[in-house]
Amino acid sequence: MWEEVEKVSDILKIGDRELTSRLFLGTGKFSSNKLIPEVARASGAQVVTVALRRVDLKYEEENIAAFVPKDCILMPNTSGAWNAGEAVRIARLARATGCGNWVKIEVITDNRYLLPDNYETIKATEILAGEGFVVLPYMSPDLMVAKSLVKAGAAAVMPLGSPIGSNRGLKTKELVRILVEEIRLPIVVDAGIGRPSEAAEAMEMGVAAVLVNTAIATAGDPVTMAKAFGMAVEAGRMAYLSGPGDIMDVARASSPLTGFLRDA
Amino acid sequence: MKIIVNGREEILEEVTTIAGLIALKELNPNAVIVEHNYNLVKKENWSDMVIKENDRLEILRFVGGG
Amino acid sequence: MKDDFSMSFYEEIQKYHTFDFDGFFQRLTGTDIKKIIGKNRLNEHDYLALLAPAAENYLEEMAEKAQSLTIRHFGRVILLYTPLYLSNYCVNHCIYCGFQVNNKLDRKKLTMAELEREAEIIAATGLKHVLILTGESRKHSPVSYISECADILKKYFTSISIEIYPLEEDEYAEVIAAGVDGLTIYQEVYDEEVYALMHPAGPKRDYRYRLEAPERTCRAGIRTVNVGTLLGLNNWRTEAFFTGLHADYLQNLFPEVEMSISPPRMRPHLGGFQPMVDVSDRNLVQYMLAFRLFMPRGGITISTRERSELRDYLIRLGATRMSAGSCTAVGGRSEYYSAGQFDISDERSVSEMAKMIYSQGYQPVYKDWQFLSDNA
Repeated sequence: MWEEVEKVSDILKIGDRELTSRLFLGTGKFSSNKLIPEVARASGAQVVTVALRRVDLKYEEENIAAFVPKDCILMPNTSGAWNAGEAVRIARLARATGCGNWVKIEVITDNRYLLPDNYETIKATEILAGEGFVVLPYMSPDLMVAKSLVKAGAAAVMPLGSPIGSNRGLKTKELVRILVEEIRLPIVVDAGIGRPSEAAEAMEMGVAAVLVNTAIATAGDPVTMAKAFGMAVEAGRMAYLSGPGDIMDVARASSPLTGFLRDA
Repeated sequence: MKIIVNGREEILEEVTTIAGLIALKELNPNAVIVEHNYNLVKKENWSDMVIKENDRLEILRFVGGG
Repeated sequence: MKDDFSMSFYEEIQKYHTFDFDGFFQRLTGTDIKKIIGKNRLNEHDYLALLAPAAENYLEEMAEKAQSLTIRHFGRVILLYTPLYLSNYCVNHCIYCGFQVNNKLDRKKLTMAELEREAEIIAATGLKHVLILTGESRKHSPVSYISECADILKKYFTSISIEIYPLEEDEYAEVIAAGVDGLTIYQEVYDEEVYALMHPAGPKRDYRYRLEAPERTCRAGIRTVNVGTLLGLNNWRTEAFFTGLHADYLQNLFPEVEMSISPPRMRPHLGGFQPMVDVSDRNLVQYMLAFRLFMPRGGITISTRERSELRDYLIRLGATRMSAGSCTAVGGRSEYYSAGQFDISDERSVSEMAKMIYSQGYQPVYKDWQFLSDNA
């Protein structure tokens, strides 16, 4: 609602970049890294997330960054961080590789549901935004936290739709709707989107973009599923822009409330 | 000497640099990031950094993630 | 990205300097209005549309939704309060006001003993919320005087609001510490040029200082804020628009503060200034309904400037606070008599108001706040 909507081309501005695709792609859980370039192309995604991990010194491993199309924005997440300090450390390490200055802040100390720690996330956002990162914090939808993230310098806000990997869809719909209505930054729904229809549902609400990982990576045919998600995000966005008709949900009172004004 | 690599104790037979350690482990230098005692060391400086007793090293890489 | 907190309200208003209001109004269709009424969350332009002539054909639909929203957010409840004028000394030359410096009337300021007398009379009616008013005079009614009065009134009332001249932030903090929890301040006219005409001399001439007073008060820790325009001084549709924008701006900046508006219409008063613009009952109702749809949780205060029959209807159209047993003369409830700030239209007592409210199926509420001092 608050982003500039250009009638001719509907561009999403985050940081200093202009995006034409509103689907962000996660790269975890794929059966093979070789799928990633094809999936990225099929989905049309221009933003791709990766994580930073310790190298396993016993086995030879691939560098996933090599599989991400060169024209995509690489967005490392800070997964593994238990607090703001660790998130900041990971972000700085990632940036030092020369992959760019985008970072998704992910601070999780809950191993059952993988729900993020909103408060550590705010702290990390403030530090990293101050160092010139384009910060996209992953958070549990809470309006006051979102306002703090805006103040801290976030470039977007990423509320979860439902817990990571659950594929349960937009369970936090009403809270996300409030963020769309009240926060003057792009809202990117991240986590829990299980089907293209759910991605479309989020886009119809006015969300700026969605991030999908598990639903694509674990699909029977990830490339086709990626394409379906790309189409669904576009369809949802078009529906939102075309201004759906509204429902009058108020019944008629038996005697008119403004009848007394007839002579006024 | 004793050092800690990725959280585990290791014994280094000879004095070496970070570049040397990476080569020893047969790792692709372009695919990894090295943090030495909580400081990031850029690849171009690996041959200059000599590893000392009790140094902590983190060798990291990008992996798939959401 | 634009920082949410960077632009002051003065700068926000400047954006509308070249806005073509007439063009906007003319382009509206009935379909636009119906769509806006059905929306969940209205933006600024939606609010403006509901204030337009085009929306006049849809007042009943607006009223039904406004009533539904008011009941859901406030219940079938009207909070009662009364104004208490402490002093009518004033150095301003506001051409529309009974208390302006050029008008001849007995200038008076309550002593603490007189204040207690007024407070006793009001407290006996059951009211717990009081609004204290003064003219602008740092000599006769300085901040220390107001704090002293608040200190006394704390014994009789559980909520004290002020409607006085604009203060500095630390002065607001001072009166808040003395027991004040609410601020009422009307910009009178949001159009800067008309404002200058209405306020030819005196400190009130400073448009921006007054405009930014609510922000200073919120930063000082006030709990409730009531803003408004004096209907009749300028084009009511644009003035109502800027009032709503002001309330919305303050709510965004200070989400914890309870925001409300008042839509006072000009009343006969000493000095005889005639309203520039006619604002009918229909216009007043449209304003209230549009605001309710724009800010469902915003309060709407209707004073005794309005006549009884109209106030009775307004209860079901979104009003949330009403004054009762009003008197706009300093010390007017006790023996002393002098000219009031304006003529009161609804002269009903508190018990008469309460009876009327019950008859409408609503409940009058006397107490909605309790000041807790550090010594409590």
